[in-house]
Amino acid sequence: MEQTAPFIGSRPAAEPRHWGEWMIEKLIQVAGLSTILIIALIFFFLLREGLPAFFKVPLHTLLGSRWYPIENLFGLLPLLVGSLLVTVGAVVIAVPLGLVTAIYMGEIAPRWQREILKPLIEMLAGIPSIVLGFLGWVVLAPLIQQAGAPTGLTAFTGSIILAYMSLPTIISISEDALYAVPKEYRDGALAIGATQWQTIWRVVVPAARSGIVIAIMLGIGRAIGETMAVLMVTGNAANIPALGFGMFFQPVRTMTATIAAEMGEVANGSVHYNTLFAIGILLFVITFGINSLAGRLVGTQGKRRRSSQL
Amino acid sequence: MLFVRYPFKFSLCVLLLLMASGGIWISACQSGATVAQTAPAENQRAIQNKGSDTLVNLALAWAEAYRNVNPTVAIAVTGGGTGTGIAALINGTADIANASRKMTDDEIAQAKQNGITPVEFTVAIDALAVIVNPANPVSKLTIAQLADIFTGRITNWQAVGGNDAPIVLLSRETNSGTHVYFLENVVRQNQKDNKDIFVPQTLLMPSSVGITSEVRRNPNAIGYDGLGYVDPEHEKMIAIAVDKKSPYIAPSVASGADGSYPIARGLYMYTAGEPKGVIASYLDWIQGPQGQKIVADLGFVPLPKR
Repeated sequence: MEQTAPFIGSRPAAEPRHWGEWMIEKLIQVAGLSTILIIALIFFFLLREGLPAFFKVPLHTLLGSRWYPIENLFGLLPLLVGSLLVTVGAVVIAVPLGLVTAIYMGEIAPRWQREILKPLIEMLAGIPSIVLGFLGWVVLAPLIQQAGAPTGLTAFTGSIILAYMSLPTIISISEDALYAVPKEYRDGALAIGATQWQTIWRVVVPAARSGIVIAIMLGIGRAIGETMAVLMVTGNAANIPALGFGMFFQPVRTMTATIAAEMGEVANGSVHYNTLFAIGILLFVITFGINSLAGRLVGTQGKRRRSSQL
Repeated sequence: MLFVRYPFKFSLCVLLLLMASGGIWISACQSGATVAQTAPAENQRAIQNKGSDTLVNLALAWAEAYRNVNPTVAIAVTGGGTGTGIAALINGTADIANASRKMTDDEIAQAKQNGITPVEFTVAIDALAVIVNPANPVSKLTIAQLADIFTGRITNWQAVGGNDAPIVLLSRETNSGTHVYFLENVVRQNQKDNKDIFVPQTLLMPSSVGITSEVRRNPNAIGYDGLGYVDPEHEKMIAIAVDKKSPYIAPSVASGADGSYPIARGLYMYTAGEPKGVIASYLDWIQGPQGQKIVADLGFVPLPKR
């Protein structure tokens, strides 16, 4: 390296090096652009396979409350309700738990505890979803059944499993956000006589809000897209439970589980096939909505903070 | 004829050997040569095996496994439905017809007009056991009661003589053949104009094992599964009657085999006249231990041991 550097420097038109640099630059560019291309292709494929469903299946069938493909009943409502119930349940469990863990780890816990907790939580993220699903099937479902539900395979069972799956995401990202809050904020709050609790709740957490929102949204994204664990523990009954608290303790069928369970045996190009892809479009739209909502929330939050700082 | 073809094939082999750089060509040539060498003239044509879609996977598995038993016999398996297979047998275009029902008298008469006497071979049994938790006091049901349970007209075990507890319904996924069989023969009670379907609260399990393990731990659950999947120590099999006046029959290999169990059906193969040569030995192999092991592997009820 030391030998070649002056040699290249002595020749202004260092052709080989210039060419190599250009190559690498282009390769990086191609790698970056290919991501866009792949997303575009996925979206195109999804639309090509899924859109025909909206022409082949009458709208009142798609909006119907019955999913029974072998009788051409393609009501998406029970699947949508199923996914929503499981996800809402997961968020209700995971967000407070995750947030509190992050605050404890970032603000309260002594250093040695944090050094044990952090790798343990990262390990939780490394557990394959199918293992968690198996745990839900073998351990959790019998517990819920003993608690009085007719069956342990319910939306709630799925919610608990999904909550545990989204916890590492929520914890580590919100902890990062808390960590990014300048030390001066805490010092200032403590200096004007605030207790530690007041400092955390009134100063540090609001200051880290945008990061916490991103953490929650990413957690939701993980929950709604998860398939295998949910397929194993929610019972897969395409049923719309009656409104009320009890609806979480009913078996449901999620959109992802429906695609996973039925795609393998469906005839290529059939109405059923197209409808499964239409569910994929629906999932895509929902995730896209959540992400852009998160983006907007974070955006306005950031602006407000900047203006208040000025 | 063979003498003329053989050197040609041989020289082709040499030519390809010279041309080819990889081993793929070589193996292709060798297999071509063995067929020409060993296959006797009468077996040149593949055995045509056509019919029932229920049987098609089983028939394919048999045909594949039989290649290891007698590599000189080629069997071509096609589906299309029982009716298609029987029609092909009558017209002489199929050697073996697969059927998930017995041939009707009309079909037999038609075949006889064409100078063909169909000979029936039972090759496997397709029996469905309705299972509940051993703690459940209910041990017998009629088909009509089962239909009421699975369509949601009955939702409490009390209505069929059990405890005051909700019924938890378990079924296979809709893409399972077993699901469709149960739908037609139990939920719709074999009535053609009956359009009943499973109640939406039915839990759809991705596998047979999913049904048995949920039944094991849930005293309120009821499900159905191939007899091969049921472990009588952990799941109780319901005795089933066609109607209230008929006897209640428990599912077993014996009751499945003699036809007394109402939701079991024989799966048949028909040949045109008494089979001879390779067809006879093929059917004999199917009904023997090797063929029946494949039956069990694919979730059907094997024939009672001979």
